[in-house]
Amino acid sequence: MRLSSGAFAASCIAIEVVGVAIFLRGFFPAPVRSSAPTEQRAETPAPEPAAGASSNWTKLPPPLFSKVVIVLIDALRDDFVFGSKGVKYMPYISYLIEKGSSHGFVAEAKPPTVTMPRIKALMTGSLPGFVDVVRNLNSPALLEDNVIRQAKSAGKRMIFYGDETWVKLFPKHFIEYDGTTSFFVSDYTEVDNNVTRHLDEVLKRGDWDMLILHYLGLDHIGHISGPHSPLIGRKLSEMDSILMKIHTSLLAKERETLSPSLLIVCGDHGMSETGSHGASSTEEVSTPLILISSAFERKPGDSRHPKRVQQTDLAATLAIGLGLPIPKDNVGSLLFPVIEEKPMREQLRFLHLNTVQLSKLLQENVPSYEKDPGFEQFKMAERLHGNWVKLHLEENHSDILVGLGTKVLRQYLSALKTLSLSLSTQVAQYDIYSMVVGTAVVLEVLILLLLSTPHVLCRKAELDVPLLSPVFSLLFYLMFLVLSAIHVVVCTSAESSCFFCSLPWLAAAGVMVLVSALLCAIVSALVRMVVIDGMLLKKNAAHPSSGWSEVDLLLLLGTVGHVLSLGASSFVEEEHQTWYFLVNTLCLALSQETCRSYFLGDDCEPQHHFHVEQGCEGVLTHTLQDSTVCNNFKPNRAGKGPSLSEAHGGCKWWTVLASPWLVLACCRMLRSLNQTGVQGAHRPDFSHWLTSSEHKVQLSGLAAVSLLVIFMLVQRGCSLVSKAALALGLLGVFCYRAAIGNVLFPWQPDNKGISKGIVEARFVYVFVLGILFTGTKALLKSQVIAADFKTKTVGLWEIYSGLVLLAALLLRPHNLPVLAFSLLIQMIMTKFIWKPLRHDAAEITVMHYWFGQAFFYFQGNSNNIATIDISAGFIGLDAYMEVPATFLTVFGTYVGPVLWASHLVHFLSSEASSGSALSRACFCYALICSVPVATYIILVTSLRYHLFIWSVFSPKLLYEGMHLLITAVLCAVFTATDQTGRTKS
Amino acid sequence: MKDTDIKRLLYTHLLCIFSIFLSTFIPSFFLDNFSILETHLTWLGICSVFVTAVNLMLYLVVKPNVSSKRSSLSHKVTRVLKCCIYFLMSCFLLHVVFVLYGAPLTELVLETFLFAVILSTYTTVPCLCLLGPNLRAWLRVFSRNGVTSIWENSLQITTISSFVGAWLGAFPIPLDWERPWQVWPISCTLGATFGYVAGLVISPLWIYRNRKQLTYKNN
Ligand SMILES: [Zn+2]
Ligand SMILES: [Zn+2]
Repeated sequence: MRLSSGAFAASCIAIEVVGVAIFLRGFFPAPVRSSAPTEQRAETPAPEPAAGASSNWTKLPPPLFSKVVIVLIDALRDDFVFGSKGVKYMPYISYLIEKGSSHGFVAEAKPPTVTMPRIKALMTGSLPGFVDVVRNLNSPALLEDNVIRQAKSAGKRMIFYGDETWVKLFPKHFIEYDGTTSFFVSDYTEVDNNVTRHLDEVLKRGDWDMLILHYLGLDHIGHISGPHSPLIGRKLSEMDSILMKIHTSLLAKERETLSPSLLIVCGDHGMSETGSHGASSTEEVSTPLILISSAFERKPGDSRHPKRVQQTDLAATLAIGLGLPIPKDNVGSLLFPVIEEKPMREQLRFLHLNTVQLSKLLQENVPSYEKDPGFEQFKMAERLHGNWVKLHLEENHSDILVGLGTKVLRQYLSALKTLSLSLSTQVAQYDIYSMVVGTAVVLEVLILLLLSTPHVLCRKAELDVPLLSPVFSLLFYLMFLVLSAIHVVVCTSAESSCFFCSLPWLAAAGVMVLVSALLCAIVSALVRMVVIDGMLLKKNAAHPSSGWSEVDLLLLLGTVGHVLSLGASSFVEEEHQTWYFLVNTLCLALSQETCRSYFLGDDCEPQHHFHVEQGCEGVLTHTLQDSTVCNNFKPNRAGKGPSLSEAHGGCKWWTVLASPWLVLACCRMLRSLNQTGVQGAHRPDFSHWLTSSEHKVQLSGLAAVSLLVIFMLVQRGCSLVSKAALALGLLGVFCYRAAIGNVLFPWQPDNKGISKGIVEARFVYVFVLGILFTGTKALLKSQVIAADFKTKTVGLWEIYSGLVLLAALLLRPHNLPVLAFSLLIQMIMTKFIWKPLRHDAAEITVMHYWFGQAFFYFQGNSNNIATIDISAGFIGLDAYMEVPATFLTVFGTYVGPVLWASHLVHFLSSEASSGSALSRACFCYALICSVPVATYIILVTSLRYHLFIWSVFSPKLLYEGMHLLITAVLCAVFTATDQTGRTKS
Repeated sequence: MKDTDIKRLLYTHLLCIFSIFLSTFIPSFFLDNFSILETHLTWLGICSVFVTAVNLMLYLVVKPNVSSKRSSLSHKVTRVLKCCIYFLMSCFLLHVVFVLYGAPLTELVLETFLFAVILSTYTTVPCLCLLGPNLRAWLRVFSRNGVTSIWENSLQITTISSFVGAWLGAFPIPLDWERPWQVWPISCTLGATFGYVAGLVISPLWIYRNRKQLTYKNN
């Protein structure tokens, strides 16, 4: 069947998205889970082992502590407590750690160091998978077994104050709660006062067993001004006084009841040197964990070098401390110092419970668990333990008992350590089969695209897609059979759980069909290339091949170089540098081209193609309205000729010469607006200066100017109605920002109270939808009324301007200049570079792609999950709604690529040099996006045991997957636009 | 005649390479703890001076630009002055380009400027020696098929390779190897130097290999 190259590329990309989805599902495996259903209650605890005789202690041991208070201080870094800051600002806690009856640890949080997975890890003892970061946006109720659930079913009364994530994770678990939202990151006093205000009353009442406080203020301060801000000290002092209050009150209560209570101070994650979190730097993963109880022995002069433990160890310790069963999915080991003062029999019992739970989890998750050293140690320890219990029951209180006891203890501890470690590494088990299937699909698509590249670029934009060719049907069926056989074999062997096997067989068969069909298509494309193109090549050999210009060479080498650079973790972290560098070099190359074509325009050789002829008439006559004049303006690559060198006047030549430098200057300014990446992120940048509270006036001014520039640049192509809507919409954007307190309103300086700005934002949404609607209407109309070229151009421009308006709403006010500069650069490039120099569609597409990527980073994005601006998903919404919030966040993050791609559509269809330009551009766009994805998938597969796989490569993989999805949507739009254009002609 | 020309070209180039070698070794006799990495700025200055001196000397001795006519003293003086201005202009222009490429605007100004100086030494100085302060000739040489002698051909090659070297030298900066030479602008200056040396080595060989195909307009 015949397809235009655009439609072909769009369908290829769609298939590639499926492949990447399968790959991602295999790459981010489900975390270690117990297969036993969590509902199954009243499971009898493992009895104490006893050699020969049966033990008389089968019930769970009683709780060690009557009351437990957990104070979770968000983003509490270890040095805030154990470092010099702790001594200075947290004197009470420092005193307790040093002199009091307490145990201090540095608990290591596993990446992703984001609040919700960390709370899950603390309460379930398991390691949430990487994909949980993405689900952080909407935290559904925690389904896994956890301490809170166990405590509830044991009838404990729990009270919670703080981050409402807990309330969402544990709905109906607390007898009393007050969730505060972390919606307004700029607020760091109110969030904490909301927690503290309940404290006096609750401490006095004492009718609870567990009190959980989650303070968010410190994290917010970190996000605003970093870990060295003076605000940190004040916040730590506040926390210290709160802890002192709680501790003294607990001690007073203890004197009445005579049973010890436990105060736990911990952080969910640390804070990097920039104040953010999410990755795996030492600052982000090190959090203090301090257990304070009068049950612990006082150790005067304890060193200030706390032991490093895992964050997951808290769950088991908490369960033991409260006399609860240990959560089933727990991979942590009990913190031994907590039970150190107990009698030997109890110590062994606790350790036994923990080890049994871990080994059960190991049995369920590892097929060859018997060979695991931890399991062997456990079996050994259990046997020894049995002997010990037997001796103990025989009332043999000799030194042998003590000696044997210590030996069992040591055995248990090492078994715990090994088991915990091997379970933690289980999380990094990859589902290789799904990954291979996904990679196969992606690679086949890429090869198909690459094979058709010469055809699309050099000849016509129509492609023969030989899907139904009967010659290859035999190959197809054979392939399908082989694949099915492999599928059956792999899935029945069932070594480990595999996503692709768990799919319904129809879906799996569908993927098989896809794989074999693609293979047939590749084979036939290859044959065609060898047979037909070989003949054509001989014929063409007589022609002098059109030389590649420097810009072409740069575009090709830059793209290849960028793809190769993805193999190094530093280049992934600093990918923005790559793009800035490439864009700068592109501008310089363009500058060279403009110079040469201007100064040496006359004495150029005819075989050096049309780049050299430079006409300024484009500058003069080209406005968007009368671009119909130049319908046959651009010679395409095949039929180029120096026929268009009329009007070679020296008119405004300097604008052409200066424009690359202007673009360069714009890029330089944008680069210093947002420092991003890892190395540069801590450097002061303009956006920090703008967002600090004392520069609100400047920020307001800048936002207003940017909005004005945006209006000036966008309105020129719109119809009158859209112009008005655009103006009102941009005004609405400013009002929205003023309402939520980002900027100041000039005529209402004392804006009292911060609202969510729902009304203003929805006002803008109405205009966005209105403009998009008129644009689409015009586009459809141009399809009906034949040859109405102008309507189509205006329609496309209106869709583009609707997107710009939406972007203006979603971008933070300090990022509005990014949008304004993006429009400015698009205008400059269109008027002074692309039109006069007459680049062909492929070159323009690649340039648009480069600029789009650069603007992705100019906006402050990076390849780190933490830089995603989630607040964009809440604009204009009262409550969290998954679909619109996800859409808005994604659009807000990918503003750069989307806007540049939509500009590309408009530019190419307004030029309308040849009907196939858009189709060809779509093909190029699809190709240039799928090359990095395919390469990256292979790279990540080969680097899957790299140290930085979770912190650097995995987030980038998610970004690439998302980018591919967006590309697929864009290609679909390209093709749709192209179709409307095609039916017309 | 061509072969002797190529030979002369080779010798001059060897002399240039030798001057760069000298600039790294001679100062260590006079200056304490001189090394390329530690006292990078000093080395930059010395290297720049050495290369300029050798280029000027070669220009006076070899006089490859045979077409230059005898002219009056005032003409010569203005020519020299013009050359100086062109050199300074190119330094400033390159400085601006580096800043546009992301070099810090206010910090490390001297470092950036010296990098601009050394890169102009590798590129502008030979151009000035060979072509004089004549922008049109420069543009001609650096466009396709505009070369008229092997000297210009080698000039094209060395200049482009210096620029490419400096460009490639920027790549290691983001890597997290924590090496002393990854600091701005050391890797770039080293890249430019290596590029220049490579250009000096390659161009006679390349011209020798392609001597049959190379036909110039004026001979
Ligand atoms: Zn947090
Ligand atoms: Zn945070």
